[in-house]
Amino acid sequence: MAELTYREAVAAGLAQEMRRDPNVVFLGEDVAAAGGVFKTTVGLLEEFGPDRVRDTPISEQAILGAAMGAAMTGLRPIAEIMFSDFFAVCWDLVANEMAKSRYMTDGQVTVPVVVRCANGGGVRFGAQHSQSVENWAMAVPGLKVVAPSTPADVIGLLASSVRDDDPVVFFEQKSLYAAKGEVPEGEHVVPLGQANIARQGKDVTIVALAAMVPRALKAADILAAEHGIDATVIDPRTLVPLDTKTILEETAKTGRLVTVEENPRLCGWGAEVVSIVSEEAFWDLDGPIVRITTPHIPLPSADALEDLALPSVERIVETIRTSVD
Amino acid sequence: MASKKKASARSRANDDIGEDLRRKLYLSQLECRQVEQKAYDLFLQNLIKGTSHLGLGQEAVAAGFATAMQPKDYTFCTYRGHNHTLARGASMEGVLGELMGRECGLLGGKGGSMHLTSVEHGAMGSYAIIGAHLPIAMGAAWSAQYRGTDQVSVCFFGDGTTNIGAFHEALNMSQIWKLPVVFVCENNLYMEYTPISEVTAVEHPAADRASAYGMERIIVDGNDADEVYRTAQAAFTRARAGDGPSLIEAMTYRHSGHSRADPATYRPEGELEEWKKRDPIPTYRQRMLDFGIAEKDIVAIETDVDRRVNAAVETAKASSPPGEGVLMTQMWADGGSAWRN
Repeated sequence: MAELTYREAVAAGLAQEMRRDPNVVFLGEDVAAAGGVFKTTVGLLEEFGPDRVRDTPISEQAILGAAMGAAMTGLRPIAEIMFSDFFAVCWDLVANEMAKSRYMTDGQVTVPVVVRCANGGGVRFGAQHSQSVENWAMAVPGLKVVAPSTPADVIGLLASSVRDDDPVVFFEQKSLYAAKGEVPEGEHVVPLGQANIARQGKDVTIVALAAMVPRALKAADILAAEHGIDATVIDPRTLVPLDTKTILEETAKTGRLVTVEENPRLCGWGAEVVSIVSEEAFWDLDGPIVRITTPHIPLPSADALEDLALPSVERIVETIRTSVD
Repeated sequence: MASKKKASARSRANDDIGEDLRRKLYLSQLECRQVEQKAYDLFLQNLIKGTSHLGLGQEAVAAGFATAMQPKDYTFCTYRGHNHTLARGASMEGVLGELMGRECGLLGGKGGSMHLTSVEHGAMGSYAIIGAHLPIAMGAAWSAQYRGTDQVSVCFFGDGTTNIGAFHEALNMSQIWKLPVVFVCENNLYMEYTPISEVTAVEHPAADRASAYGMERIIVDGNDADEVYRTAQAAFTRARAGDGPSLIEAMTYRHSGHSRADPATYRPEGELEEWKKRDPIPTYRQRMLDFGIAEKDIVAIETDVDRRVNAAVETAKASSPPGEGVLMTQMWADGGSAWRN
């Protein structure tokens, strides 16, 4: 086991796949010579050369179109959209083209592309550089949606995403880039659609994603130590495909379900989880399901305000304590 | 006099196009024309539903480029893509069946008129969101360059596309990466219902933008299949040699409205009639006669196309509507559409 940061794990995961398959190519703004604005791609240009690691103009539609056209004709491109907020200027390529081409052509076209992006808040970048937009992707049939919370999962899920023959939107949470974690030696692959049970408890099941996973785990420790509440924490890791089996089983064991979502309230991914559990595990529940989310507002910039908006450890503890009582 | 005229025709038949190629170009244009005319008839019988965008009058562009291409090359086109898909070799019953929503359609009824695709013929799709397929065609060219093939990627689009951002992004990136992609603007003078000149800062919406991306200003008579063919060959030679992309503006005119719903009443009186005098198909037929191709040979081509188009209509009509069994298939590469366990 080696200890890597989440940021280093991105480069390690990309390099693992590029060493394995010469058809894996990588493009984006400032990704090659500069090593990425978040320094997530340092060293790739040096190892794989300028034909495989390409800097692009500020042209998000061109980046994603290039990736899609290359994917349709034999390559396995990885494209970087610097901030997930920028999907708003190139979403046509993701939602209308990559996602639908295979179905519309009855399987003639295959689009094995990975679109990576820095998603989410916590770094005081304001409303246009901090959004959690994984639910945008989740709402579009034909996209796989991945959001790792640990360095090991960054590597393992990136491997599965690159090897997958369908378009994958890969959401890295930018406030986690400095987080450290143990990473297995050798090739590491984590299948899509397999949740991680990060903590096993008996009183309440918390489903959290990306940056909300470490917060939920910390909240679970406090709940156990100070309030005698023993929580299970599930990290779905991928929203599409969604491991509903694990969520339903773990909810049945505790009889309580809480989702912790960084996205704004309306139509967040947790709403779909809640809907599934309500329909399929209603009689296993001992009380109302609770969603903890960012309020339905654009994310503010000031640290004092952003901290109020995003689900905090304290808010998770307090909400669960009062709802489980 | 008669014998002198014939002799001169014979000598002209040995121009750079030549008789065999000229027959192919005529055949390709005629196949497009006849299939789309049948499609129009089938609309009127309500056997084709939804919308559809005919390229009647614009056949010379699709035929000229497709005839100049090699089978391994790629084409990307728009929702006005029946001609381009047929010209690459897709079957008539596949095209008509797809328009009619039948099992025999190219896409099994899942795509429809606006998304005709035949990957086995290099027809990589018809894209119905303006602009999207220029970057995608560029990506196929990037792939060809990376894989070290000499494939060319050809992207057809309308004049209206030149005012959307993706057009400009694709031209710029294709040029800096020196990609083997040929962008073909079919300027039919109208962006949907509005004259392109009313909404564009320059006279030639594609060609006048070329210099901004370090490209040559190329305008071609899009109603002359020979000229289109020659222009295509020059661009392909350049692309295969690694000299980068081309942007070609082909001047043409659609005989029908923008879509099924459009009677095209916005066109000035007499404009359609003027352009119909330059209808690419009768014009080309006359040229074949001028070049000494026997009328009976031309009629034989026409009879054969008629017969095949009629047979394709019957095949498509006899084909079943797609069944429930395919509704949930082919969203994912594993053939299914499951999003949960």
